[in-house]
Amino acid sequence: MNVLVILIPVSLILGGCGLIAFLWTIRSDQYDDSRGNAARILLDDE
Amino acid sequence: MTAACPACVGMPMPENIPVGLALQFSLPTIHCAACIGKIERGLAQLNGVTRVRVNLSLKRVSIAGPVDPERALQALKDLGFEAYALDAKALVSAQDTKGRGLLIRLAVAGFAMMNVMLLSVAVWSGAQDATRDLFHLISAMIALPTVAYAGRPFFTNALSALRVGRLNMDVPISLAILLAAGMSLFEVLNGGHHAYFDAALSLTFFLLIGRYLDHQTRTAARSAAKELSALEMHTAQVVVDGKTKTTSVEDLRVGDVVMVPTGERVPVDGMLASQTALLDRSLLTGESAAAGVQQGAQLQAGEINLAAPLILTATVDGTDTSLRRMAALVETAENGRNRYTSLADRAAQIYAPAVHLLALCAFVGWVVVNGDVRHALNVAIAVLIITCPCALGLAVPAVSTSAISKLYSLGFLVKHATALERLAEVDHVVFDKTGTLTLPAHVDVSGLSISQQAIAAALAQASSHTWSKALLSAVPDVPTVSLEGIKEDIGNGVSATFDNQSVALGRGAWLGAAFTGLGLKIATDPALSLQTSEYLRAGVTDAIKTINLPCEMVTGDDEDPARIIANALRIDFTAQARPEDKLHRLDSLKDDGRKVLMVGDGLNDTAALASAFASVAPSTALDASRNAADVVILKESFQNIPLLLRVARMTRHLSRQNFVIAALYNCIAVPIALLGFATPLAAALAMSASSITVLINAQRMRFVK
Repeated sequence: MNVLVILIPVSLILGGCGLIAFLWTIRSDQYDDSRGNAARILLDDE
Repeated sequence: MTAACPACVGMPMPENIPVGLALQFSLPTIHCAACIGKIERGLAQLNGVTRVRVNLSLKRVSIAGPVDPERALQALKDLGFEAYALDAKALVSAQDTKGRGLLIRLAVAGFAMMNVMLLSVAVWSGAQDATRDLFHLISAMIALPTVAYAGRPFFTNALSALRVGRLNMDVPISLAILLAAGMSLFEVLNGGHHAYFDAALSLTFFLLIGRYLDHQTRTAARSAAKELSALEMHTAQVVVDGKTKTTSVEDLRVGDVVMVPTGERVPVDGMLASQTALLDRSLLTGESAAAGVQQGAQLQAGEINLAAPLILTATVDGTDTSLRRMAALVETAENGRNRYTSLADRAAQIYAPAVHLLALCAFVGWVVVNGDVRHALNVAIAVLIITCPCALGLAVPAVSTSAISKLYSLGFLVKHATALERLAEVDHVVFDKTGTLTLPAHVDVSGLSISQQAIAAALAQASSHTWSKALLSAVPDVPTVSLEGIKEDIGNGVSATFDNQSVALGRGAWLGAAFTGLGLKIATDPALSLQTSEYLRAGVTDAIKTINLPCEMVTGDDEDPARIIANALRIDFTAQARPEDKLHRLDSLKDDGRKVLMVGDGLNDTAALASAFASVAPSTALDASRNAADVVILKESFQNIPLLLRVARMTRHLSRQNFVIAALYNCIAVPIALLGFATPLAAALAMSASSITVLINAQRMRFVK
């Protein structure tokens, strides 16, 4: 069971990374234009 | 185009765009990736543009950098897109900080729920003694701060309800979350077997989804409505020392001299200072004919100047125009409408006391039966959690979100929170005529020869009366002839000399003919009658045929034009109705127990729109009328009005079905909880299953045809 001492913090940190990444996407307005984002993938960058 | 702030007026052009406030344009016609690329590439080449970003969901483009708004608008038009400038100030206030806050809380709750659920699964599958206590402790460390942070919207709502001595949905929710977390902490510290941390967190998570959806539906409608009002530039041209200056309408004072260009709305009530003027009053009175007025006449804000630019002296301040007074009237009427109790509130009124009573009974019952307070409290908490406030909290928002987004894609803007529920109950429809059922004039020129058409077109060019404009659009390819001595007799017609013959276009009586409509007179020949008609808005006939409800028309226009339209649609009508008459008609229908849907656009309909049980306005309606309406139709066609009612009825149906589903879950789960057999696992299962069923059921809205 000693492995839990490592595994639980690791799982919490990984989850926390996901949470922080999600908070960053909210703060940088990435959910403001879902239809536009879907369309932009089709654009050729010049 | 106006400067973005009053203080900027008069500065050289490039500087008068404040830094940080990007220019916003509405682009109603964009729809695909190619449009985005074309616009962003095209505008990036403009001088001074630092950033262009198209928002396809909102159909908007924002341009940052010191750019001349006029040139940006022109560039957009050159690219082939319809574009309208938006008032950036009005949009700034529309930014949604509350929604973002809810989303962050939702993310935190979701993160914590996942982690605690992982630990809980270990406990449920048989972790013992020290391991179980360790897992419970870690869960507590994650859960308690999360509950404190993510649950705050519920706690504050519950507190404010309790303060005024009322119960709302948030009271049992807060109680369940707080008791579950508190009791679990107590159990954990005393080495207990059951902890409800995962239940407290999933409760918070699911309820936040409901809260976010609810908020989303409200703001989506509100920000779109804000966009509509941002479309109208609230500015006026004031004449000072012979020069015109642009100011905002709010800054107008009594005695200001205001210039109104051709085709613009009168910005403020005032007295006409020019010799004569021709006004379109249809939005205010419903009359389709233009009104000619003489110097000294009273003009009202909202009328449209059809002839040459006119000058007026303001008789009230800009903040006190009849338009705004009407808007204030609307607000009072809306307060009355807010008394309508929504389905969710009615459910909460039954649910909240019932749950509290049930939990209390369970607690008292178990204390009496075996005297174990700790066990009794555990059962009471299980009851509070398992009664699934989350399914109830999701039942209505999930359905109305999918209904509103479906309606938005069909061109309907739902503005009021309870609009769909009220629309579902409508059993009588009242239409306005001018501007609602009909669109302005169409002139039939098929009876004229080419040379006669050329003369008529040349005469029509000299006037901006609705009929003249309609005549011009009816003969787009005819080359016009040159006329001499053009004279417009306001409200009657235009006369001129062509080839030494006098020619005239105007009302029959004015031309000396027997008919009353529009006519063309060349030299001494008898005047030729031109058939004019308002034409029915697209889809109106279909809509009235398939709506399956009694319809009628109430209009401020004269008997004859009203009869033509009413006969064409085969509906009853009332003509020459003043705003009070419209209101009176609605009241008498209400007294008969009817729930009336009012469809109208003019200022004369505003009071009726506000007092009707539900109301719909086209997007061409006046600001005040749009504000008064529950639903704004963004498309020109009325064809989808029956579909609007069907979606509304489906919304009511699905919401009720969701309540039934939630109740069924309760019927099974509550007895188990009351008997003390509910484990945290059972609570988690019941809660997730009911919430997810309700969310999936709401998606059936997609299949409404």
